[in-house]
Formats: sequence, structure tokens, C-alpha cells
Amino acid sequence: MATGFLGRLRDRLGKTRTALVDNVRRVLGAGIRLDDAVWEELESVLIEADLGVNTVTQILDDMRKNAREKHIDNGETLIAVLKEELTLLLSPGDHSLHLHTESGPHVTLIAGVNGSGKTTTAGKIAAKLQRDGRKVLLGAADTFRAAAAEQLTIWSERAGVDIIKHQEGADPASVAFDVTDAGISRGADNIIIDTAGRLHNKLNLMNELKKIQRVIQRRIPDAPHEVLLVLDATTGQNGLQQARVFTEALNVTGIVLTKLDGTAKGGMVVAIQKELGIPIKLIGIGEGVDDLAPFNAAEFVEALFG
Amino acid sequence: MFESLTQKLDSAFRNLTGQGRLTEKNMKDGLQQIRVALLEADVNYKVVKKFVQEVQEKAEGLEVLKAVNPGHMVVKIVHDELIALMGAEHRPLARAQNKATIIMLVGLQGQGKTTTCGKLALMLKKKGHHPLLVGADVYRPAAIKQLEVVAGQAGAQFFSLGEHADPVDTCVMAQSEAQRLGCDTVILDTAGRLHVDDAMMAEVKRIAAQVKPHEILFVANAMTGQDAVRSAQQFHDALPLTGVVLTQTDGDARGGAALSLIEVTGCPIKFVGTGEKLDALEPFHPSRMADQILGMGDIVSLVEKAQEVVDAEKAVKFQQKVKKASWDLEDFLEQMQQVKKMGSMGDLLKKIPGMSKMMPDEQGMADAEKELKRTEAIILSMTHLERRKPKILNASRRRRVAAGSGTSIQQVNRTLKEFDKMKKMMKTVMKGPKGPKGLMRKMRMPSSPF
Ligand SMILES: Nc1nc2c(ncn2[C@@H]2O[C@H](COP(=O)(O)OP(=O)(O)OP(=O)(O)O)[C@@H](O)[C@H]2O)c(=O)[nH]1
Ligand SMILES: [Mg+2]
Repeated sequence: MATGFLGRLRDRLGKTRTALVDNVRRVLGAGIRLDDAVWEELESVLIEADLGVNTVTQILDDMRKNAREKHIDNGETLIAVLKEELTLLLSPGDHSLHLHTESGPHVTLIAGVNGSGKTTTAGKIAAKLQRDGRKVLLGAADTFRAAAAEQLTIWSERAGVDIIKHQEGADPASVAFDVTDAGISRGADNIIIDTAGRLHNKLNLMNELKKIQRVIQRRIPDAPHEVLLVLDATTGQNGLQQARVFTEALNVTGIVLTKLDGTAKGGMVVAIQKELGIPIKLIGIGEGVDDLAPFNAAEFVEALFG
Repeated sequence: MFESLTQKLDSAFRNLTGQGRLTEKNMKDGLQQIRVALLEADVNYKVVKKFVQEVQEKAEGLEVLKAVNPGHMVVKIVHDELIALMGAEHRPLARAQNKATIIMLVGLQGQGKTTTCGKLALMLKKKGHHPLLVGADVYRPAAIKQLEVVAGQAGAQFFSLGEHADPVDTCVMAQSEAQRLGCDTVILDTAGRLHVDDAMMAEVKRIAAQVKPHEILFVANAMTGQDAVRSAQQFHDALPLTGVVLTQTDGDARGGAALSLIEVTGCPIKFVGTGEKLDALEPFHPSRMADQILGMGDIVSLVEKAQEVVDAEKAVKFQQKVKKASWDLEDFLEQMQQVKKMGSMGDLLKKIPGMSKMMPDEQGMADAEKELKRTEAIILSMTHLERRKPKILNASRRRRVAAGSGTSIQQVNRTLKEFDKMKKMMKTVMKGPKGPKGLMRKMRMPSSPF
């Protein structure tokens, strides 16, 4: 599956490979000596991948020390070491999804800012589980956005799973309660709850999320078992703040990084992993039902440079 | 979390006060702070590079005044440059003559196009227009349904051929539908798409070619990072974009993508989205955006301080001119106009400590005010050359000035004599040990404004 992602991306982006990459190759490829131009080129690649100026400065300072100590004097070795460093940075924590429980339904709660890809991700996960022979129930706890429940309903049809939904404007916590309840009584293996997009600086909306979490716990005390924060790869430095605040409100267990099929690299997850220790678990690479893949640090780093 | 930009800049420029001129070398640290601030705000790397270069060129060689913090001087330049780049305050939507105006919204997935359609419709309705919302997103599940609901909320008409139709057909048909329904504005909600998706980009080009929209608005959210330049560039290459809508500005992102978007598309930001409700759409305010990009409220006070730089700068120049007696009527006019900006003479004098005691009575004040106006009119009737070199004002020139200002030759003569006297007096005062303090005493109020 892993090679599938990169291969697929390469196919899609083959002709849009940028001059930037060629630049790196040109500057770093051959045994050119490490001068200011090389460091600047590296800086530009990493910053333009949204790693953020602070993170990049730290990484490159480390690399300079590294290069001195290990007597690295050519670009090729340098970039190999850098890739290794970045992969190491992204590796700590548990990057795999755990969608099984010993008994009773497993609950996945999906949250994030507006338009990041929550509903699509919920649909994709449901379809995957259904294919694996699991009994899945979707919960449409976005009762705010127009036609949000209809959107998830279409996904439930695509995935071939059941859905619990209420009227637009209903209390999202009551949807969460109902779907948890229905999951238990119907003997579902997995419950996946889609929530409304919300900006993390709106206190009342963040409290609403906490309430949803509490309500689920009333029926299943150790739920939600997975809390996925969906981040759009085109997001810049605000991603770190999103991760910080959503984690304060919920027990976020992992990040889903969507829209990696575009040209954005999603480099802000490096700071998220580094500073908050939240692992990236899944990546979204398209709008289709199969366009979801497990996160692989080495591949992700490879894509940062290509 | 991190030091504020103010603190960083203050320390970067700490040792610079009164050091002569800003140079590439002594600005280096300060510009680096600004560079970091812009990058933290998500302004694209290359855009930042170009911008900082321009600021450096603007600032280089400027005199560092004793009275001001050079950091504030540089911030002032940065702030002004940002605003200049972002363009004029409000850019209204284009309107077609004698037929329906067509507005098309385009952009990546999940940027807020559908919601923005509803917001535009509501805004136009409030202005007395009749918008028709057109659902052309056949890809995202229930996107058309979402637009229909939004149209209902905005009290606007809605049209779509549904998700099994070709979106190009829907958009073309919408025009006759608008005519039938008596709608004067057609708003096309297109599907979100990736700029690297050739088939999808071809589709949106076909729509634009068929319906020839009067506005093509690129919708992007304020949290967008470095890649904004690439997506915007490719949309811009594919379509004749006319403007940008920046959504989700009610979040806490610094919104540097705004600058990147403007830089690559050359289009103004026409509106910003400020909330999820349909009335949360506002015209774009460049100065507010500049403040936010540089770091919120922090910078507002900084810029206010920087504003003082301008006045301090002028004051210092003025002092130097007075000392050298190269002070002329042009300078005097400027001074007078600055004073006028601050309010009436009476108000101004009251603000000066100890001044109220020696203040003339109401009538005297009014006379002085009148005299000041007359003097201004006289100077305004002079040519620039005459103001710079009052000596060339011979009899015929004076006659012309008198006629132009609605005064008499006598009054013109008096003004010139008073000015000459004042110039000499100021020169001695400024050189004298008491400095400008003595000036007050020697001012002849209220018979002369000088
Ligand atoms: N290209 C691409 N598009 C995606 C991906 N994931 C989601 N999208 C698209 O992004 C848009 C928004 O996705 P949604 O799933 O509706 O996002 P959401 O977070 O549920 O949005 P709200 O509920 O409105 O906050 C849709 O057009 C999706 O098709 C992805 O990995 N790649
Ligand atoms: Mg959704």
C-alpha cells in the first residue's frame, strides 16, 4: 500500500514536478561544496513545504553542526542525512489506527476546522472497514452546515453502511448519543462520528465538541477510542495552533493529513509531531473512496523533496 | 510563546538611534525579524524575499533621527509597503450593463465557495438586487443540495440541472433561467478542484469560455500556507481571475497568504469571510490585514509609534531649515496646514501647558483664526517658485496674488514682511541659548498669526 501512494502521486504529479526540485538536485546533487547557496536552497525547499521558519531554522542549525562533526562536504550526503533526520523526527508515537475493541463497538470521533475533509475521511474509513467485513455505523453529528447529513448519507451509501442522523439544527451531542446507543444495540463493530467544521478559537464550539465526547463516554466509558484531527495539507503555520487547541479539548489520538494529492506538502505536521507529539496516522490523497492511505514517515519525507 | 515583534525589533535596532543613516548593514537584524514575522504569517518564501528587498531599498540611506526608534521607522515603511501592495480600500463588484451580471466562484476543495455564494447573494439582495444561485458542483456529494439550502436562507433564487448534468450546461442554462426569473445577478458555484487536475481545470475553463463571467473570484481560506502561490498561479493562468475572496478570517491565522495571492494574481481581495453566518462577509481592509500579517494588536501600537516618526521627521527638518534660514513659504504653508489638522488655534493653545493664562480673549482668537485663513489663501495663490523664493514677488506678481486670494496688495505686502521678520526672529531664537521656549514669548498674538 505504501509504495502505492508514492507511485500514484508520481503518476499524477509527474509533469508538475517543479523547478524547485530540479534546483535542489542541481545544487545538491553533485559533489558540490556546501556554501551559503546550498543552505539557502535547502531553507527555501523546507519553508515552502510549510515546515515553518522556526522548525526549519532549528533543523538546519542541527544539520550545520552535523555536517561539521561528520565532515559532510557534499550535497548528496547532506540531503540523505537531512531526510534521515526528518524521518526520525516524524517517527515517534503510534502511527497506526486501532479500530478494534475487545468487546462492544469501537468509536472513532472525527474533528477539524471547516472544509478540511472530515466527512470525506469518515466515508473513506467506513468503506475500508466495511470491506474488511466489519459492521459499521456512521453518525452525522454535523447538524449545522447545510446538507452536511445528506453528504454523509451519500458516503454511507457508497460505503454500504448504516447512518444515524437528525434534523438540521439538532443538538450534535444527541446525535452522538443516539449513534453510540444504536451501535451498542445493533452490535456494531465500529461507530464513526463526523462533526461540524469549527475554528479552534471559538470557545463555545470547542465546548460543544467536549460535550459530544462526554456524551459518548456515558454509554462507552473508554470511548472514543480514536479521535482523529483532520488537517488540510494546504494549511500553513496555523496548523500547529489547530492541533494544540483541538488536543486541549479532546483526547486527539492522531492526525489525518488530507489533500496530499495537490502540490502542498503539509510540512506543518513536522512541528505538530515535534512539539505536541501527535502522530500522523492517515493521509488523504484524493476524493475517491480508496484515496486514503496509512502514513509512512520515510515516504512523506521523500515527497517533501519531490 | 515567542517574543513579540516589537521587542525583537526594539532589540535589533537598539544601538542604532542617532547613528546617522540606515544602511544595509545596520538594518540587517531588523529586516531579518521582519522576514521571520512574514514567514510565520505564511507569506510565501519568494514573496517575502522580494518584499524585504524592496523595503531595504526604500529604507536605505534614511536618516536615523535622535528622537525616534529606528525600528519603528522601518516598521512604518514595512506597514506602508504592505498596504500599498494590497491596494485600495474597497473594490466593488463589477456590474454588467443591460443584462445579468455573472459572478463565478472558483478554487480548491473546502475553501468555502458554497457558503460565500450564499453570502454574496444576501449582500446583493440587501442592495436591492435579485441574485440567482447556480449549483454546478456535481462532484462533492450533496453540494448542490447545500447550495439550495443556502439560497433559501439568503432568500435568493436557485437553479441547477442536478448532479447528473454537465456543469457547463447548467451554467449556460442558468442565463436564460435568470432572464425568466427576472434575476439581475447570476452566481455560479463551481466544484472545488486541484490546480494540477487537468480534466477539472479544462472543465472550469469551458464554463468561463461559454458564459463569460464579469467576475471570476478565487476563493481561498486565510489559513493557507506556502502553496497558495502555486494554486493561485495555476488558476490565474487558466482563467481571467478578477478578484480574491479570503475566507475564515475569523480564525487566528495571520493570513499571510493574502499577500501571496495578490502578488501572483495581481487581483485585489474583494471580500473577506468573517464567520459561518451568511451576513459574515465584509469588504477587505488592507491596513487591518497588514496589522494582522505582522502580528495583530502588537503592531497596531507599533505603527502608531511609527506614525509619530513622520511628524518627528518633519519637525527635525523644519528645525534644520529654520537654523539655516532656508525656511520658505512652502514650509510655512505645510506647518500651517499641520496645525490646522490638529484643530482650531484656540483648542491647540489650550493644550499647551501654561498657555491658557496668556491666551487672548475669544474675539482675539477669532481674529487670529481669520488672519491665519487669509495668510493661507495668500500663500496658496502663489506659484511654487514664488513660495520658495519670495524675493521674486514684484509688483505685478503681488497684484496677481492679491486678486487670486481675494485680498489686497497691502495685505500681501504685510504677510511677506511679517514672514521675513519671523524668519529672522526664529533664526535667532533657535540659535539662542533659550531655544524654542523663547519663541512663545516673542510670538505676537493675536494681531499676527506668525
Ligand atoms: N483532492 C482532495 N480533496 C479532498 C480530500 N479530502 C477531502 N477532499 C475534498 O475537500 C472538500 C471538503 O471535504 P469535506 O469532507 O466536505 O470536508 P469537511 O471537513 O467535512 O467540511 P465541513 O464539514 O464543511 O467543515 C470536498 O470537496 C472533498 O471532496 C483529499 O484528500 N484530496
Ligand atoms: Mg463535513
